[in-house]
Amino acid sequence: MSGIELHDMGDIILETRDLTKHYGGVHALEGADFILRKGEHVAIMGDNGAGKSTFVRQITGVEQRTRGEIIFDGKPVHFDGPLDARRAGIEAVFQTLALADHLDVPDNLFLGREKTKWDWLGPFRLLDYKAMRADTLAALEKTGVKIPNINNTIERMSGGQRQCVAIARTASFHSKLTIMDEPTAALGVQETAQVENIIRTLKEQGEPLILISHNMRQVMDLVDRIIVFRRGRIVANLNKSETDGQDVVAYITGAKTQPEYDIEGVT
Amino acid sequence: MADQAHGVGGLTYDKSKRAWPNEINIFMALVIIVLIFELMGQVLPYMNNQSFLFDFNTDRDGTILNIARLKIIILQVSIIGIISLGVTQVIISGGIDLSSGPLVAATAMIVMSFAQTELVNGNPNPKAVFGPWAFDLPVIVPIIVGLCFGAMIGAINGAFIAFTRIPPFIATLGMFLICRGIAQWWTRGQPVSFPTESYAWLGSGMMPVIWFALLAVLCHFLLRYTVYGKHTYAIGSNEDAARMSGINVKRHKILVYMIASMLAAIAAIVLSSKNLTAQSGMGLFYELFAIAMAVIGGISLTGGRGSIIGTVLGAMVFGVIQSGFTYVKLDAYFQLMAMGGIIIGAVVLDQWRQQRAASRS
Repeated sequence: MSGIELHDMGDIILETRDLTKHYGGVHALEGADFILRKGEHVAIMGDNGAGKSTFVRQITGVEQRTRGEIIFDGKPVHFDGPLDARRAGIEAVFQTLALADHLDVPDNLFLGREKTKWDWLGPFRLLDYKAMRADTLAALEKTGVKIPNINNTIERMSGGQRQCVAIARTASFHSKLTIMDEPTAALGVQETAQVENIIRTLKEQGEPLILISHNMRQVMDLVDRIIVFRRGRIVANLNKSETDGQDVVAYITGAKTQPEYDIEGVT
Repeated sequence: MADQAHGVGGLTYDKSKRAWPNEINIFMALVIIVLIFELMGQVLPYMNNQSFLFDFNTDRDGTILNIARLKIIILQVSIIGIISLGVTQVIISGGIDLSSGPLVAATAMIVMSFAQTELVNGNPNPKAVFGPWAFDLPVIVPIIVGLCFGAMIGAINGAFIAFTRIPPFIATLGMFLICRGIAQWWTRGQPVSFPTESYAWLGSGMMPVIWFALLAVLCHFLLRYTVYGKHTYAIGSNEDAARMSGINVKRHKILVYMIASMLAAIAAIVLSSKNLTAQSGMGLFYELFAIAMAVIGGISLTGGRGSIIGTVLGAMVFGVIQSGFTYVKLDAYFQLMAMGGIIIGAVVLDQWRQQRAASRS
């Protein structure tokens, strides 16, 4: 790792250099150079198979990259697994929800970081249900999530409610970086609005976010910057103020490529 | 905090909105089964209006309950009940433990050989396993030996399940045979008998019931109020989610199997003390009966759902049915068959109820 120069990392939370992932002969991700600043919300867009999810899977340690560097919070990192990434402060909501179906909302929110009493009992230390319940209500209220009864187990909830719990859980971690992979894909109008509220709350709190979404209105509403992926490569890095929906679609479909990303032109 | 609506979110923590506990259903089933046997006692011509659990005609002990039969029922299930407390925790964590029956035999054999008296009616102990150093040891010695052996077997079970991809069914099936082998090898098939007086006290009279009650309260507390319990449910419910949350799943599984095997070891101590002897063939079917009690008690064999209260009620249902069969003079040969049918019925009924509950929400 000696060859990496760490220039001006002051406000950069995540940087990838030449991040590449090959599955056998398939080049799912090729030479992605990406920078995320502290407090910044960035959307990743692109067609199915463009490399969005592959990109996220490399960052969150779900998969091991073929090549390239990931610099997180000023340090080159190499995560062995998602838990490693989470410990470092990268919190991800995946398309498949990581909730325990038989437990209720506070249990899921505090899973693995329970509030406890009598800690000298080690693994048998007591759960502080009262504090966890109060904190859950506070956290859900802050994010505007509506769940009829937090004592319901997850298995009794609708898909939208489950998604809200998963996102509220993520948001309540105060992580250094939050990644959401199509958080509203399966949700109704009202539930989508709730999730978007949570994202706005994160923005107000200055927590950086990477949002994968197909929803153009949502992206235009919520983020500062849009990165477009096409066929495994980044093809555009657009400030929201300097672009519009049609422009983004042109990059997604391949009608346009930003000159600095035009590989064919360079080689 | 209770019964209070919360501003914008409309969030509530409402105790009255808690889901109908499954345990109430099992308790009602228990009551219904008792009433069915009661009815059979009144209706069947050969029963001479004998009562099952009630005591209408006489007031021998001043209560309406037939205390004598109730005591026998509880005493009968308490030793397997102790095992089922551990099996419950294993199943909630998404596993299964088939080794508990033979583990009872192996532990009883080993423990008994540290609990023997030197003299039986003035003569040397004819069943002595070790030399003179092992006679008349303080009762704590066999207890510690038993708990350590149980913990060791549980740790091996748990380690194999946690660190290899061997399914719990196979790993504990292997341990099932290993433990039965240990039980037979320990004295080359000879029974171990004549324990010290203090050891014999551990399982005398209603002591098994007291152990069962104390351990049930302890296990209920562990599962309901400690981090250990919460993680046990979480692992059984969604192992990946538990791992992603930073729970050390491997270590936790080992702990769960250790606790289950230590409970089986306690059952072995109580049983050998009650019988005043240990034999390599004891504990036959105990692992299956223990699982059956948990299943009747509403546990989910896929993990994440179940409770100690349910298992205790399941044990009571088990005991009432067993005692009821004898009471209505059902042929002993049919009792096992009927029991098997009832266990399958309980699971079918539970699945049907779960599906209905799921489709309603």
